[in-house]
Formats: sequence, C-alpha cells, structure tokens
Amino acid sequence: MNTHIFNPNNTFNAFWIERFQSFLQGEKFSRVVSNISRNLLIPITALAIFLGIWSAVAAQIETSLGALPGPVKVWGQTVQLYQEHRASRDKESAFYERQEKRNAERVKHDPGYEPRIRPYTGAPTFFDQIITSLLTVATGFLLAAIIAIPIGIICGMSTILYQALNPLIQIFKPVSPLAWLPLVTIVVSAVYISDDPLFDKAFITSAITVTLCCLWPTIINTTVGVSSVDKDLLNVSRVLRLDWFTRTLKIILPSATPMIFTGLRLSLGIGWMVLIAAEMLAQNPGLGKFVWDEFQNGSSESLARIMVAVLVIGLIGFLLDRGMLLLQKYFSWDRNAVVR
Amino acid sequence: MNAYLSLENLSISFDTDKGVINVLDDISLRINKGEFISLIGHSGCGKSTVLNIVAGLLGASKGGVLLENREVNEPGPDRAVVFQNHSLLPWLTVYENVRLAVDQVFRKTRSKKERHDWTVQNLERVHMQHAMSRRPDEISGGMKQRVGIARALAMEPKVLLMDEPFGALDSLTRTHMQDSLMEIQAELNNTVIMITHDVDEAVLLSDRIVMMSNGPAATVGEILDIELDRPRNRLALADDPAYNHYRAEVLRFLHERHQQPQAAKSQMAAGENSSEEEPALKIAAG
Repeated sequence: MNTHIFNPNNTFNAFWIERFQSFLQGEKFSRVVSNISRNLLIPITALAIFLGIWSAVAAQIETSLGALPGPVKVWGQTVQLYQEHRASRDKESAFYERQEKRNAERVKHDPGYEPRIRPYTGAPTFFDQIITSLLTVATGFLLAAIIAIPIGIICGMSTILYQALNPLIQIFKPVSPLAWLPLVTIVVSAVYISDDPLFDKAFITSAITVTLCCLWPTIINTTVGVSSVDKDLLNVSRVLRLDWFTRTLKIILPSATPMIFTGLRLSLGIGWMVLIAAEMLAQNPGLGKFVWDEFQNGSSESLARIMVAVLVIGLIGFLLDRGMLLLQKYFSWDRNAVVR
Repeated sequence: MNAYLSLENLSISFDTDKGVINVLDDISLRINKGEFISLIGHSGCGKSTVLNIVAGLLGASKGGVLLENREVNEPGPDRAVVFQNHSLLPWLTVYENVRLAVDQVFRKTRSKKERHDWTVQNLERVHMQHAMSRRPDEISGGMKQRVGIARALAMEPKVLLMDEPFGALDSLTRTHMQDSLMEIQAELNNTVIMITHDVDEAVLLSDRIVMMSNGPAATVGEILDIELDRPRNRLALADDPAYNHYRAEVLRFLHERHQQPQAAKSQMAAGENSSEEEPALKIAAG
C-alpha cells in the first residue's frame, strides 16, 4: 500500500487537508451552504409541502370518475402518455416502411408504376398536440408583434393618432378570447376559401384569436416607450439634424426597446393563456383540444391526464416567459434596470 | 453689424395658464470669433433659454440670432451643444456616440477612414481614447462629460454652446475639466458660450462675463471684460489682485444688485425654468 499519500506529515497533503478544513469552516463554505439552501432547499421544501397537501386533499374528493388523482397517479399518466407517443411513432415508421417495401416490390415487377406514399393518419399524441399548440401560439404572437409594434411606434410619435386610436385600444383590450372566437370562426370560414388550403381552418381561427388578444400590451407598451424618449436625446438629434428615418432608427427605437420587450413578454403570456381556451372551443388540434377530448372521454384516467396537461401548460408558459425575459435582458441597454 | 455671432433684441415669452410670462427681455450681445463668453446669473433667470435660442432649439418671440450675418432659425451642428447631463445615447459605446455625430456631419465630405480617424482624434483630445468601447453607464460623470465635449468638438462647430457643462461634477473633477477645456481652447480657439454659476469658473475661462439680471423679463445686466493673460494658471491666479478684483465684481453684481429673494418673490421666474432645480450658487473658491 502506498500509505505515504495519507501521511499528514507530507507537506503537500498537509497543505490540501488544511485548505479543505478551512474551506469547511470558512466563510466561503457557509456562504455556499446558505446559497444552496436559499436557492434550492426552500423551493424544494415548498414543492414537497404542496405535493403532500395535494395528495391528502385529492384523496378526500370523490368525483364521478373516482377519487381526484394525486401526484403519483399523475406521474404514472405522464409516463403512460410518453409511452403512447413512442408506440405511435413506432407504428408510423413501420407503416412507412411497409409502404416503401411494397412500392419497391411493385416497381420491380411493373417499371411503369409510379410509387405513391400515403400519409400516416393515426391520432395525434399528447406530444404532437404540444407541438401544434406551440406553432399556433408562435404564429398568433408573431402576427400580433408585426402589427402591434408599428402601430405602437406611430401612436408614440403622433399625439393625434394616439388620441384617435386610444379609445379603440382601451375598448378592445379587455375583450375575452371566448367572445372573439365565434366571430373569428365565421369570418375565417367566409374569407379563407381555398381548394388546397395551406393551413387548417381551425389553426387559423385559433392563431387569429391569439393575435387579437395579445396585440394590446405590445401596442400600449411600445407607445409609452416611444413617447417617453428622453427630451435631451431628441435635442441631440435636432442639433445633429438627423432625418426622420435616422432619428427613428438610431434614437427612438433603441430608446423604446426595453419597453417594447416588456410589452412582447406580456403579450406572449396572454397569448399562451388565450390559446388553450381557443383550442378547446375551435377544436383545433392542440393542448386545449387534448383537455377537451379527455373531458368528453370521461374514463378513469381522464382526470389524471388533464392534470398532466395542466402542469405541462404551466411549465411551457413558464419557459416561454423565461425565454422572453432573456431576450428582454439581452436587448435592454439600461443595465441598472431590474428586470424580473 | 459685423460681429461673428450677434444676439439682437432677443425676447421670449411663454403662454401659461397664469397668463403670458416674459422670460427674456431685449437681450443684445455681440460676440467675436474665438471669444469665450460666460453667461452667469441666478437660478431660473433664463440663461438656458438664451442658449437654447442660439442653438435654435427654441424660437425667440422677438428679435433674432445672426451667425456670420445669417439668421439662425433651426438647430444644426454648426452650433454644437454640450448638455448639462451629457446626453450620450446609453445604448452606444463612447466611440459610437462620437462617430454618430461625425457620420452625420461629414458623411458627404469625408471617407470612412477619415471619419474614423477624426472620431478617434477627438476622443484623444479629451483623453478618452482608453474607454472607446465602453458604454456611458460604465464610465464616471466627468468622463461622460468629456465624451459630450468630444462629440460637440467633432462637429467642428462655428459656435460651441455649453449648458453648465460641469455643474453636476464634484469640485476636483470640475477643476480637471476646466484645465482640459482651457487646453483645448488654446489649441482650437473656438467661439464659446458657456452657462455657469460658478464664479471662479467664469473668471478663469472667459474673455467676457455676461451677467444676467433676475427674471422675469431677465436681460443683460453687466458685461465684464476679463483681461488676464493666457495661458491662465489657477494657482498663480489665486493671489493675483486683478483676478480677485474680477471675482469680487461678479459677486457684487450677483449678491448686492440682484439678490435671489427678489426673484423668488416675483412668482418663481418662468415656467420652464422653475423645474430646472439648479444647485445654489457656488461662491467658495475651488
């Protein structure tokens, strides 16, 4: 055995042992511990308490579909949903493989035959629904941003336009997505007529409903950002005789960027909330439809599956907000501003 | 009639809810090329208003400003302004802030390379070449004001307008800035109008001090020629009888003939100036 490594008389080891001991006792160590406890221990404890209360309360509530599922059952369903997804994917690839084999066979015998691939028509899985929902919200949100930012800039620069548009903005801002949806559905059905539609009608209906609800925070915040540009900076642009375009590009827009991103972040949050409601009503594939289908289905597993959807919706909403926060921080020139 | 810059019977009044307030009344001033003028007066007497009219940021109600016998009626880079609060664009670096001005003024007359060199040269002139890639919120107040001066100088203005450029700085930084400004002035010999309420600063830097009476309806009270040889040294001048005489003259004007309470009584001067909140007059020697 090579014992001398652990010999405390060895100066090298002694040095490291001392370092380690002082680390354990030292301020640095206690600061690390207190950081860990503050950043991890407290949230984890709170989460554990929440799960405890949940399972205790859920067991007490008897519904027509059995007892309200607790955390364990919900986790079980999460795994189940993932397995269903994998199974469906396997089926799909097997389906295409069979087709290819069959086509190859046929081409061999009949060279004039043009092979056709029929698309797979299995029901969308939970994860497909998530992707659809994300696509829909992204479409609606981008559309809203493209409309809202220019309107906000114009309103911020012209008092007359602001006064003209402000009443409209204030009236439409509080309208619920559920009120927009029937109108949008009928208008889309009337206007969007195509033999070979690029998008599903239900998809367009949901996306436009999202747009209508998440226009307003971006318009309002952009307006405020643009109209509150520091007067001294505008004086600088006057002394430099910047033309309208340069002034907008070099002074007004950068100055308003933090506010624009605040608006976009609020808009995306609203858009994600609105989307679930819109999908439920419009029967657009997506998480909303998943929840609605499970509700209609009413099997013993439905409640747990809906709860999985609720948690996933919350998690995705949180991640979208974090993403926007990162963007907001990146584009904010005001390093002193606390963004949270 | 052949002064380089002349202010002819400037008057300005603002319509407010309380009625029309005359802020400036019949201000006339002739300034020669290369002259350094200080405007001094109590808070709210309308010094900044005079400067803004010369800059073209405000229009006079009566009278006008002539620069090289042409009337001034809009802002422009030939009358560069150094603002009190530096007014650098916070999202641009020090270099980009100056470069924006250089690009705007010399876009048609100079090549890209020349504009770059000119930007760097002006930052070197104010000793800021070491911080070119920093942003305004990463440098000190004095450094920001140096960049503001570099930006103004880079426009090659006919007149340099400075609105209390060192008002927000601590006294030690202020003396450094004053020395730098004297160096630059010795080299470039710009025509400068500077607003200040620091008596020592006015005497040390100026060729003439224009003392303004209190508002409302402020006007030129007295003009003092400062005939001290240049280059001036603040330590040598501290015991100089002529220097102390000038200081005393300015103080006498400000404190005996135009005391602040009189202005306070008469409805706290003009609307736009009451929000200015200038610090109290600094009398103590640097």
